Amino acid sequence: MIDLDNVAYSYGGAELFSQVSLNLAAGSFHFLTGPSGAGKTTLLKLCYGELLAKGGQVRLFGEDAMTMDRDAVAMARRRIGVVHQDCQFLDHLPVTDNIALPLTVSGRENEAADNLPDLLSWVGLQNQATQLPPQLSGGERQRAALARAVIMSPDVIIADEPTGNIDWEMSQRLLTLLIELNRMGKTVLIATHDMNIIRAAKSQVTTRVLRLKDRRLMQAGVEL
Amino acid sequence: MKFDITRIFDLVAGDPQADRAVPPTGFTARLTLFSAGAMAFLAVFALALSLATGRLADRWSAELARTSTLRISAPADQADAQLLAAVEVLQTTPGVAQARPLTADEQRKLLEPWFGPELPIEDLPIPQLIEIIEEGDGYDATGLRARLQAEVPGAVLDDHTRWREPLVAAASRLRSLGWLALLLIAASTAAMITLAAQAALAANAQVIRVMRLVGSRDIYIARAFVRRFTLRALSGAAIGTVAGVLAIRLLPSADVAGGFLTGLGFQGVHWFWPLAIPPLAAAVAFFATRAAALKTLREQS
Repeated sequence: MIDLDNVAYSYGGAELFSQVSLNLAAGSFHFLTGPSGAGKTTLLKLCYGELLAKGGQVRLFGEDAMTMDRDAVAMARRRIGVVHQDCQFLDHLPVTDNIALPLTVSGRENEAADNLPDLLSWVGLQNQATQLPPQLSGGERQRAALARAVIMSPDVIIADEPTGNIDWEMSQRLLTLLIELNRMGKTVLIATHDMNIIRAAKSQVTTRVLRLKDRRLMQAGVEL
Repeated sequence: MKFDITRIFDLVAGDPQADRAVPPTGFTARLTLFSAGAMAFLAVFALALSLATGRLADRWSAELARTSTLRISAPADQADAQLLAAVEVLQTTPGVAQARPLTADEQRKLLEPWFGPELPIEDLPIPQLIEIIEEGDGYDATGLRARLQAEVPGAVLDDHTRWREPLVAAASRLRSLGWLALLLIAASTAAMITLAAQAALAANAQVIRVMRLVGSRDIYIARAFVRRFTLRALSGAAIGTVAGVLAIRLLPSADVAGGFLTGLGFQGVHWFWPLAIPPLAAAVAFFATRAAALKTLREQS
């Protein structure tokens, strides 16, 4: 699905990480951990084509991200559902329109009527459908972001600190949704520094935990 | 690019979802409406100027080329004899269809713009004028001058060439300036709409970012802006055109000049020409916004 081969990234000449290799195979479940500022969000952005690597090669569904044209990147993003750390909603649109946005921009808006009720029910937001994003709580925003990420039935789901601003109960609920998606064959990559969530996931599904530290990506240690 | 009429209908009908995703920015809407309206108003005048000067050039080159004037300056006791002799010479000259001495009233009207009404023309040493109307390929001016010199010594033939040519050239140049003004107006409209579109794109940078993150292609985002700006330009230009045509309609008539001059207005089917201004303004807005949007979207990545 997504391959990173010996990838490096730097900001303004300062190297953030290098020699990073990662293969997100179909149906796999990965956690990405590491201290704040290690480059977890940057690594995720490389995985969905928002940033281009400064070294090495990133392949999105077999295509070299460096040589993909803008339309090809857009098409690849339709196959990757992303739950952003700050959710990235259009605040002037109600929750339903935000969730349906990937379908809308793909010209498949007529599918929204079929999918939305089930999806809202799945993430428990039936009563918030007509609300605007600023009216939602932290947990509701994260669940709405997850609903938007999966509405296109993408092959890969990437979540950046999805449990960062929500309580433990809500975190578990969100994790359950992601595990359900993985059981449906979706590839999942979650960046988090919440070890409890990782432990909870490991008890339910086969996961691979990676740690980004000291500019390198490595298999996580025995503390898990 | 293949022309497809359904794309125009799609553009007008729009995509309500895309329109909702990209919220309108108030000041750019007003700026586009105002500039399209003002430019259409000016375009009506430039068009009227071009058409009027075109008519003027045609009239001067066609009508004056077929006429000339014979002026007889003779002592009072020889005036009538020389007039008769001149008319006789003209009537026997091949290529002259008609030679008609102007009446005192006609000569007075000619002088009226400079000397005012009721000029006692009979008491003044004003030369007698004969209007000559040509036929076929016209007459041989050199031969006619030679005959007149021999038979009517006080006659001077003016075939209008000396002052007709610069007038026609001036009218043609004015017509070209009118078309140039129209081009400049179109370019200014494009520039202003481009600036307004860029401002709207900048104001919606976050919306655009989100749309791209969820898989939107540049052309989808651009289309929402293009449609909005095209329809605004069409509406603004329609208002400006109506105002311009009304203003032209209210201009005073130039018929007092006896039809020799022409008014700054439209005649006959030319009244329909301003109808082309709103769709042209919309086309300018369409291409300007599309180019600006796609360029800005490329630069934002």
